[in-house]
Amino acid sequence: MRYAETGYNLEIDLSRGSIEKVPTDPKWTELFLGGLGTNVKILWDRVGPEVEPFSPDNLLVLSAGLLEGTPAIGANRTIISAGVSPQTSFMAFSMMGGFFGPELKHAGYDKVIIRGKSPDLVYLWINDDKVEIRDASHLRGKGALETAQLIREELKEPKAQVAAIGLAGENRVYFASVEHFRSSASRLGLGAIMGDKGLKAIAVRGTKDIYVAQPSKFVELCDEVLKYIEWREKNPIKGVPAILATIGAPQEMKLTDESWHTTSFAWGHARQRRKDFWNEEIEKKWTEIHEKAIKRLVSCYNCPVRCGAIIAYPALELPTYMMKCYTKLTYVMAAWTDNLEFGYKIAGKAHDYGIDGFTAPQVMAFAIELYEAGILTDKDLPGFPSSNEERFFYLLEKIVRREGIGDILANGVYWAARQIGKGAEEFDHNTTKKHEQMVIKLGMLNPIYFLMYGTGEKANITQIEGQIPQAPLPKDYREEFIKDWIQVPTKYAERFKQFILEWGDEGKVFPFWPPIDLVCELVEWQETMHYIDDSTGICAGLSSFPIKPPYHIRNLPLLISAATGLDMDEDKLWEVARRIRNFVRAYNVRRGLRRQDDYPPKDHWKKRFPEYEEKLLDSYYEFKGWNKEGIPTKKTLEKLGLDYVAEDLIKRGILKDEEVPSKETLAETEKK
Amino acid sequence: MAKKKVKVIKVNADECNGCRACEVFCAAFHAQPQYSSVNPAKARIRVIHDPIKNIFLPVLAGPHTEAECLARDKYTVDGKEYEECAFCRAAACPSREVFKDPDSGLPLKCDACETEPPLEEPWCVKVCLVDALTYEEREEEVEEEKLDELEIGLESLVNRYGLDKVMDTMARIAASKRG
Repeated sequence: MRYAETGYNLEIDLSRGSIEKVPTDPKWTELFLGGLGTNVKILWDRVGPEVEPFSPDNLLVLSAGLLEGTPAIGANRTIISAGVSPQTSFMAFSMMGGFFGPELKHAGYDKVIIRGKSPDLVYLWINDDKVEIRDASHLRGKGALETAQLIREELKEPKAQVAAIGLAGENRVYFASVEHFRSSASRLGLGAIMGDKGLKAIAVRGTKDIYVAQPSKFVELCDEVLKYIEWREKNPIKGVPAILATIGAPQEMKLTDESWHTTSFAWGHARQRRKDFWNEEIEKKWTEIHEKAIKRLVSCYNCPVRCGAIIAYPALELPTYMMKCYTKLTYVMAAWTDNLEFGYKIAGKAHDYGIDGFTAPQVMAFAIELYEAGILTDKDLPGFPSSNEERFFYLLEKIVRREGIGDILANGVYWAARQIGKGAEEFDHNTTKKHEQMVIKLGMLNPIYFLMYGTGEKANITQIEGQIPQAPLPKDYREEFIKDWIQVPTKYAERFKQFILEWGDEGKVFPFWPPIDLVCELVEWQETMHYIDDSTGICAGLSSFPIKPPYHIRNLPLLISAATGLDMDEDKLWEVARRIRNFVRAYNVRRGLRRQDDYPPKDHWKKRFPEYEEKLLDSYYEFKGWNKEGIPTKKTLEKLGLDYVAEDLIKRGILKDEEVPSKETLAETEKK
Repeated sequence: MAKKKVKVIKVNADECNGCRACEVFCAAFHAQPQYSSVNPAKARIRVIHDPIKNIFLPVLAGPHTEAECLARDKYTVDGKEYEECAFCRAAACPSREVFKDPDSGLPLKCDACETEPPLEEPWCVKVCLVDALTYEEREEEVEEEKLDELEIGLESLVNRYGLDKVMDTMARIAASKRG
């Protein structure tokens, strides 16, 4: 009997049209939990470094997390990975909330693994044990949400959950997303991989039981989490921006105060802050539009936090759609307009086309910069309108169709800049690992964020950061803050609390404070919590992302133990997360990832300290048990039971057999 | 006057966020053994969830029906067209796969999570932090039925001789009278 998981994956070969239900090894659960953890194991085993993004051998894995389908609150993420991202050529990784993952578990599968390519456009219909590959030619060119509706009608199954691509995915736009409900798995081009495989959508309906090992204990723990959520929503964190004070994704559907994003983040092509943007007049206007547009606040499966909203507003002249978080502003700020209505309108269209609301606006703003600099001309952009808003709509249509210049822009800023040439490369200023980053340009180097932006392989800061405030807390609040800070890991508890108490005092400021060892520990904590979530399927909004979340390193081992019957504790869970983290790194190293890829954008901060940054990177690598090139050493891999990974890297000449981490790291590892 | 306990699960569909936690915990509570498994398809509450139409409607499972209706209903309210029989609470109706155990086909009826010792409120209500579901228990006064003279007489005989003896005697008398 398998607890929490189904013990089966669904293997689909679209080239041959074959469907197999394959049992999984319970040992893997112990080593990698599920979700991202087992995805990377599968990708390591089956996608070699020679595989190209649009090869039939590239695998697309849609996975539920280990705790999905159990009563664990907010365990609903679908963790989608592909062996190769068209943009970065490393592992593609993104996630989405909603209802798809739990439904897949109830249908009897932990993952759907897709290989090959279908000659015609198809969709997959998973109805418990009955699985079919069905014709989707009538869905070609349809919007992602519309596709979901049409499939449910065609199947006469209103309860089917659908993940679909829009036109952008069909046309292999490098930043195409997979869309479902109010959510998108939008980073690193998973929609393009799905489109390349000729797969328009996956629909799933499940009516099977998921078991837990210790029923009463587990439900008791879930109840505690719920109670904490209720309490935490009534007790926001003080001294931080309103939209970050509660739990969930930043509450931008519920709240109308947008002073933080609009004044701290950069406008245009991630160029400039508008510190005086937010005023009474704007607030009044935006609140009015916001209230007209939003019909209802909505949640994902088994979660009380309402991060999403239904957007329906006649002025938009659009079908109803859903939105969450910062998408409300990404297009507005990139287009440098004060018109919030424009944001709702273009985001609605972009959702239906299925493109990343994070990358797409940057690509468009980049194109406008090139036009204004004379690098792109009227020949490249025939009939290019004069207002930024209209230009954005123009570019959106070109990009999702790969029409004219859109065919180049559809590859993202990094590749487009190099294809266009003529100095366009100079305008590629906000990418790391060839991927567009958060639009923030600040003054003083932040050593913690330096490491997170640089070394994070999910290439998305919101999927790495969390737990700690982004600026020092008010002095008179620090004591109160740490009093009930139960979320800190036991081994670092005192150090992290001391950090909060001192941060902001005289001399206790960035960049040379906190000391490097503390910087490393803080980064590892933040990243570790995300790696755990990515494997359990629990939403970061309840766990790794907010300050003082309901899920943390103290209660997660208890939940995992009660659900699965595994004997998990804080140290063991930390070790599992470390194993997964190193596995992802090793996978990407095999595909060519090296130190040179581990730097944030050059202009992310005005004040940079090149020597100190090198020292930061050196120390962090050492702390992680990686060598100077950012490659996990043989010793590190072996300690984690990843001997076969080390062996492979040695055989390929990437790792040297005798290579060992520095003395300090060895001592550190030995202690554990 | 006697008193009767009335349990009401109040549904405010305007507040529903569509998370289906009610389904999850209902299914877990009613699993055998309790909480050992989850399967929303076995829940005694279902959320009709069609976000694009802004339809969020929790419906509690009512009593079992053996036969389907002669005419089905389909409602449009505030311009929103609901699915056929959307508001019907009948369990295991042959016309549809709703409130019917997917394994056994047996009807699933809401029992307000009755258990000993009783819960403060049913699970669906407890986990609904957005207050789309709230719970009320109240007592209603009911008219006591008056017994007629014959019943009073018979009851005293039962009290004195026991039910079996009275029944046996009645049967014997009936047999001899009818010949």
